[in-house]
Amino acid sequence: MNAEVRSIRTAAESALVEAFAAVGPSLPGGADVTERRAAALREIAERGLPTRRVEDWKYFDLRALMREARPLAAPISDAEIEAARALLPLAGFDAARIVFVNGQFCAALSDFDPLPEGASATWLADALGDDGAALLDRGEAPAGNAAVALNAAFVADGIVLRIAPGVAVARPIHVANVQTGAAHAAFGRVAVTAGEGASATIVESHVGSPEGHQTNTHVAVTLADRADVTLVKLQDEGLGTLHLATLTATLGAGAKLSSLALSAGSAAARQQVYLAFRGDRSTAEIRGAGFAGARRLLDTTLVVEHDALGCASREHFKTALDGEARSVFQGKIVVKPGAQKTDGKMMAQALLLSEGAEADAKPELEIFADDVVCGHGATVGALDDELLFYLKSRGIPQKEAEALMVQAFVGEVIETVEHEALRDALTARSERWLIARD
Amino acid sequence: MLSIKNLHASIEDKPILRGLDLDVKPGEVHAIMGPNGSGKSTLSYVLAGKEDYEVTDGSATLDGEDLFAMEADERAAAGLFLAFQYPLEIPGVATMTFLKAALNAQRRARGEGDLPTPQFMKLVREKADGLGISTDMLKRGLNVGFSGGEKKRNEILQMALLEPKLCVLDETDSGLDIDALKVVSEGVNALRAKNRSFVVITHYQRLLDHIRPDIVHVMAKGRIVRTGGPELAHELEARGYADYVGEAAA
Ligand SMILES: Nc1ncnc2c1ncn2[C@@H]1O[C@H](COP(=O)(O)OP(=O)(O)OP(=O)(O)O)[C@@H](O)[C@H]1O
Ligand SMILES: [Mg+2]
Repeated sequence: MNAEVRSIRTAAESALVEAFAAVGPSLPGGADVTERRAAALREIAERGLPTRRVEDWKYFDLRALMREARPLAAPISDAEIEAARALLPLAGFDAARIVFVNGQFCAALSDFDPLPEGASATWLADALGDDGAALLDRGEAPAGNAAVALNAAFVADGIVLRIAPGVAVARPIHVANVQTGAAHAAFGRVAVTAGEGASATIVESHVGSPEGHQTNTHVAVTLADRADVTLVKLQDEGLGTLHLATLTATLGAGAKLSSLALSAGSAAARQQVYLAFRGDRSTAEIRGAGFAGARRLLDTTLVVEHDALGCASREHFKTALDGEARSVFQGKIVVKPGAQKTDGKMMAQALLLSEGAEADAKPELEIFADDVVCGHGATVGALDDELLFYLKSRGIPQKEAEALMVQAFVGEVIETVEHEALRDALTARSERWLIARD
Repeated sequence: MLSIKNLHASIEDKPILRGLDLDVKPGEVHAIMGPNGSGKSTLSYVLAGKEDYEVTDGSATLDGEDLFAMEADERAAAGLFLAFQYPLEIPGVATMTFLKAALNAQRRARGEGDLPTPQFMKLVREKADGLGISTDMLKRGLNVGFSGGEKKRNEILQMALLEPKLCVLDETDSGLDIDALKVVSEGVNALRAKNRSFVVITHYQRLLDHIRPDIVHVMAKGRIVRTGGPELAHELEARGYADYVGEAAA
């Protein structure tokens, strides 16, 4: 066991323990849920928040990034709802919209009733009563993951979405998360279960005011055989926010998961993806694009486990960095014994726009089957001066020439979004970053 | 229009241009011919403002404005255009997007507003049609998957759209088949005007049959070593550069 018991806690760790003592009993769920939450918190209390000495958190020292634990958000006020309304993202995009403000469902800003035919929803609090602690399971995430544990301990609100077998839900479902008001902690959970042969597009967005909020979300998707789910995420948190996000996905046979996340905001963001193929001949495309300037940090930590025959996975991540920003990509493709005919390709590419920017990439393969095609690559580079000169020779100023090229760089990933209005919104967001470079 | 005096330029401390003089008046077409490696492309890059080159002496002005005091994009906005010997490919930047960015950047630099998109589209279509450039090509990444000849035609399209004062064409004829050479030459000739000048760099008389120069220069070892009329090109075609290489070396 590496669960060394530490007698001295940091201010943040003490605050988390105290907060849990205060609110734990009133969080939704029966006795089994309460016990599950308490167990999750004990992991944090005993081991402490991970530092860079923990391999998995080497580039994202959570103890340092979370010197203080923000208080849990108070019940939302009318003023906060109005402030949140002004921040709502993807406004022009037609979808069933479910809005959480400071981690709490906000009926006033939501617009989803009724949900598209074939989709049904249960609020997390109710579902915890019905289904019990299993809803707080870590899914495909590794045991002891701090972000997952914190979420399980504190999450109070969220939604459980079910897509009925055989139904193609055409209208996207948009879960928007807005942070506003005083700096606080907010937790969220979205569980998606797609029945056999079902298909749906789920959009997740995160925006907020510039205060130092701490957000932690867990999106857990389960795809039954032949289900087809598209996930699109816009992480556009306020620039003071610490954003911890986990996506866990379990795929049945012949299923398809396609995911794209655009990371445009936050002071520090960690996107974890833990995906496992449990049925044969499924495919997953996990893509990400990110921008950061100033001293911001973007971390993508990903494990794709091939545990079935003939599955294909594609992971492609691109970040553009300015100022003294930093990006981290830790990705691993695991091929279990017997997962023959696996086809896995992983690529991480970073574009450095300044001397001070830095990108670290650690792609890994762990292969225990012999008949597989797997590959990974990573590139870190600056913009090509020859190409910049070509653009400038046509009268395009330096900054604009750079913007065109960065847009082309991340565009490769953003353009995979099939939904046009959504793709346009993400492209527009990247154009805005290219002007501000914040 | 263009006035170059005693131009010296080097790359990585290696002198390439060694005292080059050239004077191009409004409306004139000048041809520059010369052996491989004599510095023709270097001259075009130095004029366009490529940063790898260091100007160590001399001057170049466009309508009296000091080119070397300007960034590459400012030179373009001031009316200089270079058709590249080897146009570059930029995946992900649609040709149409690029053309629009270039035209509007130049308009803004001149204090004009952006051209409204419908007008812009109409303008591009008109010019592209004349050069045999399809809508599909305009949607593709800049020069990506273009044949050698298509890339050259795309250079002429940019020139036609941007309406520069001074056009420097660096071996625009290389890689063109006979029909494309005609299309491109017609494109260039259509742009000839009394206040627009051309510097045409080429190895072949053939191009000059289509684009008839007023003045022909021979460049060797970084200098203009001889200047004459159109007949000089014929003479070079017949006799080669042997005389000049020796002369400049001396
Ligand atoms: N980046 C560079 N580094 C070093 N030397 C260079 C570089 N670019 C050009 N040169 C040298 O400068 C000289 C002139 O080259 P340039 O391309 O200007 O010749 P050119 O007259 O255009 O030749 P061509 O007819 O083959 O196009 C050559 O000797 C070439 O090797
Ligand atoms: Mg050349």
